[in-house]
Amino acid sequence: MPSWPALASQAFNGLALGSLLALVSSGLTIILGTLGVLNFAHGALFAVGAYAAFVMLQYTQSFLLAIAVGCGFMLVLGFLLERLIIRFFYGRPHEDQILVTYGIGIVLVECVRAVFGGNAQRVPTPSWGQGATQLGFLIYPTYRLQLIAIIATLLVGLYLVLYRTSMGLVVRAGIENPGMVGILGINLRRTFLLVFAIGVVAVGLAGMLYAPVVAVTPDMGANFMAQSFVVIVLGGLGSFPGAVVGGLIAGEIVSLTSAFNSSYSEVMLYALMALLLVLRPQGLFGSEGRV
Amino acid sequence: MKLDRRQILLGSAGAAAGLVLPGTAWAQTPASIGTFPDGVTADSVFVGLTIPLTGVFSGDGGDLKLGYELAISEINAGSESAKAWGLQGKGVLGRQIRYKVSDTEGKPNLDVQSATQFIQRDKAIMLAGSVSSASAIALEELGSREKVLYMVGIAGSNDITGKNCQRYGFRSQQNAYMAAKALAPVVAKALGKNMKTAFLVPDYTYGHTVYDSFAKFSKEQGWQQVAKEVVPLGTTDYSSALLNIANSGADVFVNIAFGADAVASTKQAEQFGVLKKMKLVVPNLSSFQDKELGAEIMQGVYGSCDFWWTLSDRYPLAKAFVDAFVAKNKYHPRWGAHIGYMQTYLWALTVERVKSFNPVEVIKAMEASKEQPYETTIGKVYFRAEDHQMVRPIPILRGKAPAEMKGPEDYYEIVDVAEGESVMNPPGLFGCKLGPYS
Repeated sequence: MPSWPALASQAFNGLALGSLLALVSSGLTIILGTLGVLNFAHGALFAVGAYAAFVMLQYTQSFLLAIAVGCGFMLVLGFLLERLIIRFFYGRPHEDQILVTYGIGIVLVECVRAVFGGNAQRVPTPSWGQGATQLGFLIYPTYRLQLIAIIATLLVGLYLVLYRTSMGLVVRAGIENPGMVGILGINLRRTFLLVFAIGVVAVGLAGMLYAPVVAVTPDMGANFMAQSFVVIVLGGLGSFPGAVVGGLIAGEIVSLTSAFNSSYSEVMLYALMALLLVLRPQGLFGSEGRV
Repeated sequence: MKLDRRQILLGSAGAAAGLVLPGTAWAQTPASIGTFPDGVTADSVFVGLTIPLTGVFSGDGGDLKLGYELAISEINAGSESAKAWGLQGKGVLGRQIRYKVSDTEGKPNLDVQSATQFIQRDKAIMLAGSVSSASAIALEELGSREKVLYMVGIAGSNDITGKNCQRYGFRSQQNAYMAAKALAPVVAKALGKNMKTAFLVPDYTYGHTVYDSFAKFSKEQGWQQVAKEVVPLGTTDYSSALLNIANSGADVFVNIAFGADAVASTKQAEQFGVLKKMKLVVPNLSSFQDKELGAEIMQGVYGSCDFWWTLSDRYPLAKAFVDAFVAKNKYHPRWGAHIGYMQTYLWALTVERVKSFNPVEVIKAMEASKEQPYETTIGKVYFRAEDHQMVRPIPILRGKAPAEMKGPEDYYEIVDVAEGESVMNPPGLFGCKLGPYS
């Protein structure tokens, strides 16, 4: 049995890990929950975000500036993807959406590999996040502590934009009945475009913020995509608050299991997902029926 | 199987001899086996390379590929290097090597799928590749089933020349046991006896055997284990495992993760303050760990590897290899490239020794290489007949501080080169039973 300080440390780590998982999943859930598109290019966009931070950092030497420019780049990429490809798939079955987004993912990853090669790139921790901070009995990386605050702010901001403004309402109405929304004189095309791009920026931003922590390689997104799916299944497909709670639960499961035996941490995560699919298939915050 | 009158006559002569000398005559080399002789045309042979160019091992895989390609181009051209290795003329036995590379993502099922295609479609006379030990085991089994020689790529698990060893597989890289036995005394001398260790172990054959071997030999040096964290292959966030390691009170952090996993875990260990409190030891350094993490993090790290490019000061063939590689690829080769390069040459050299591509003859000659060792990029080496593990020197490296580096890729100092014979495991220790030749 691990000691209480060890358990408390892992519980805290679960919170930090969970907030990262929530941010990584947010882009996936925004696009799924509002546009109804299951975006299998999610992992690739995460990697593109990390590489955007890497490149911008070379030019700007400032992490914040790199992130700002990187977000601009992701926004443009989101616009292009939506206009050129995704918009033709809103009315198509999920299978078609999965295939096309999966294909986009492969193309993006291979483009990254063609430009940067297969080796991991170095994205240093920003100067304001260096070192570790002593929190009572626990030593924790300063950057990860800051990330908790940054991510909380970002998630609240995203929630307000998508669910507390008329934009979110228009999108959801537009998915249900595009004809009627159009008759009401609302430019649905532009709203869809914007929401998709916001989803792309969210996942890209997750990649940028995570870049100093993980190995930045072209394939880095694959595992994050798998974890994101677990998180949104836990939280309820397409539910934004669900993704946040799902992320936190996933973080706690992984971390607390590690206090006992780290080799079981991922198994426990998938076991919980399987259990939830049996007991509550729509997830914690999901509603039955369409997403 | 195509038979001509001569082979039938030879076969019946063999059968007759078998009646006279039971038990010995059937060790005769079969005239047709696997892809031989179908895979040998008048002017070329085909070699199938299964390499992870994407996924966790893509960095090592890319380097490995360039090593094979350099050796093949030198051999095909009959270059000065090829002559220095002892090859005659252009190609191998006058045949040009054709090859294809298949990206197997480091997944054993894809390795087997690609290798099967190489055998059936291309009549591959030799297979090579792999970065993961799990892939190497799968390929060895396939090679032995299909009777096609497989020259193991990057793979450090004891099982490859242990319980999973195969008649048709040969490994040049040191196994985990050899690496640990060579490394432990050097690090114990440098860092001190009676240290407390924390292990990070990737959950597959490589991770477990490297852990077993390093735990054994470090214990012999008086080191005591205080934490062991087993994590899945391809983990992205090691925070929960590192938290346990950070609080374990260890003096030494032994990180067994490989490839991109090694980079992510070491980077995160640094952020958790682990590298400030503990010395880092990496039993098998990954190909680009130095460059990917930078000298700031890698300084002072101790580890073993197959090859480091400054060995070119000691061995003429290593110098030729490093110079040619740098000229072609604009960076210094890592040990992935070296394994690909050396394994290709060893195969070609053995084929020319026996003057045949027949895998059984090639295997027997490799098994007899103790009597006739190969002169290579790491000096004299040979394959052990009992388990097909190469007996070879092992470089032990220490990461240089940024100020010590004489060039952008001068990441390591070679602190020792352990002599091969002295670090070998007894042949039967890991349960190796090589299968039949045919």
